[in-house]
Amino acid sequence: MADPTNAPTLLQAREDLKNKKYSALELTESCLRRMDAVEDRVQAYLHISREQAIEQAKAADERIARGDDAPLLGVPLAIKDNICTQGLPSTCASKILGQFKSPYNATSVDRALKAGAVILGKTNLDEFAMGSTTENSGIHPTRNPWDLERVPGGSSGGSAAAVAAKECVAALGSDTGGSIRQPASFCGVTGLKPTYGRVSRFGLVAFASSLDQIGPMTQTVDDAAVLMNVIGGKDPLDSTSADVPMPDFTQALNRNVKGMKVGIPREYFTEGIDPEVETAVQNAIKTLQSLGMETVEVSLPHTKYAVATYYILACAEASANLSRYDGVKYGHRTEHAGNLMEMYENSREEGFGEEVKRRIILGTFVLSSGYYDAYYLKGQKARTLIKRDFEEAFKQCDVLAGPNCPLPAFKLNEKLDDPMQMYLADIYTISMNLAGIPAMSVPCGQTQGKLPVGLQLMAPHFQEETLFTVGKQFQLATDFHKQFPTL
Amino acid sequence: MSSELNIDRIARLARLKLTDDEKQKLAPQLAKIVDYIDLLGELDTSDVEPTAHILPVQNVFREDDPVKNFPEADYLSLAPKPDKGHYEVPKIIG
Repeated sequence: MADPTNAPTLLQAREDLKNKKYSALELTESCLRRMDAVEDRVQAYLHISREQAIEQAKAADERIARGDDAPLLGVPLAIKDNICTQGLPSTCASKILGQFKSPYNATSVDRALKAGAVILGKTNLDEFAMGSTTENSGIHPTRNPWDLERVPGGSSGGSAAAVAAKECVAALGSDTGGSIRQPASFCGVTGLKPTYGRVSRFGLVAFASSLDQIGPMTQTVDDAAVLMNVIGGKDPLDSTSADVPMPDFTQALNRNVKGMKVGIPREYFTEGIDPEVETAVQNAIKTLQSLGMETVEVSLPHTKYAVATYYILACAEASANLSRYDGVKYGHRTEHAGNLMEMYENSREEGFGEEVKRRIILGTFVLSSGYYDAYYLKGQKARTLIKRDFEEAFKQCDVLAGPNCPLPAFKLNEKLDDPMQMYLADIYTISMNLAGIPAMSVPCGQTQGKLPVGLQLMAPHFQEETLFTVGKQFQLATDFHKQFPTL
Repeated sequence: MSSELNIDRIARLARLKLTDDEKQKLAPQLAKIVDYIDLLGELDTSDVEPTAHILPVQNVFREDDPVKNFPEADYLSLAPKPDKGHYEVPKIIG
């Protein structure tokens, strides 16, 4: 019998299911019971697909009985609600999508289902993934399971909270500027933003198409590797998905790190970083040294321009992407429209939340006639400089290590009325999206107030294997990833 | 250049009808953000190529073979006002 207060890791679940310690149905029911017990406090989910999950679990049990050994067979997953799931709501936590149900699955969801996964439900996010706290959800905020007065981070805050609260075995999130890594850090779970192009974006509702990537949010680095094996790889339905070899990521887990060089970006330990966060990250770097890694200080000199560059480019792309919400083909249409223009303007006014409007306005401004060169084109050039910073740094090291966020989890409402302050807190995570490189957050400590802190590891394009190697060896040497909140 | 962000003009371009309260709240926030992104002005980018896409992907071609798609009804049923196989919208030409 599966223990409803303690969802196993993905690896453990697969082993237990194979050994008939419990059935996929029992495991799924235990996750559903856990939700019943904690969801009123955590509110990680927007939609729980109870009946469908039970059907999928029964089907998984039949496959198990036939000796099928698919990598996610019987594993209950939570899916961020900007990733399309056929027949279930896919709303991006936006009123403009209402109870939209996608006619198709995202490729990552399709691959997970073929690998035997059970989908428990859709998790909360900042509306259209725009935000760093999940408070911008158009439906309700999610709370950090470690401290219910605090945010889980964002925008994949629902997925992070669901993993931390053991309301699922693992989850999928998406990361445009840190939206997997920062909530993973705030909730004490493992999160990977893969290289841009590694995972198909087909069925991921577009926010900033040149930055968005789907990735795993899990209890351990091992679990992230298993999920990546399933969801990664070229997809003909996404022409930006990369046609590069897909290694077996689990093979990278047990490689030796001795002699590997870890670069410490000087610009990531400057004023503004919380002393407890800094201490936890510095201790993690010492742990990497104790494993035989060499440290070298490196510089990412254009870091101070990253936030400005990101908010120009991401908002520009968002303003174009979100023009599709026009009240015609799907979602919300206003009742107050005498003509076409009023239908557009009123439907969008009624459907979008404040942060989304703020970003659409900013994005429209930087793309507008007379400002394109000064902002959008300038931003694209700054992006080149930021990308080059990483190319130079990786000439001196195999992997970079630093914090994910200058601060531990914020209090609810703490930063909501000062969007500029909120944007500045993204400083350590957005450059990787601009450069397209893979980056992982692993739990590396706690503040005195028992708030998790994450270590961010970064590698060159398509070198996720390095992150799996270093992340796994770090988790063998530490037990922060084994700590979970009491709820 | 924050003084140049005319919120009425941009909202119209973005097809957003903002309320007066929203404009009052958003305008100073946007001004602060625009002042901040002006920071990029100090970067010398005269010899720098812009990056639109991070990977060296050019055009991606495929054979133009017809594939099975979802029934029209699956898509029309998502529309707020479907009408006999079409989308109904308010009068466009006056």
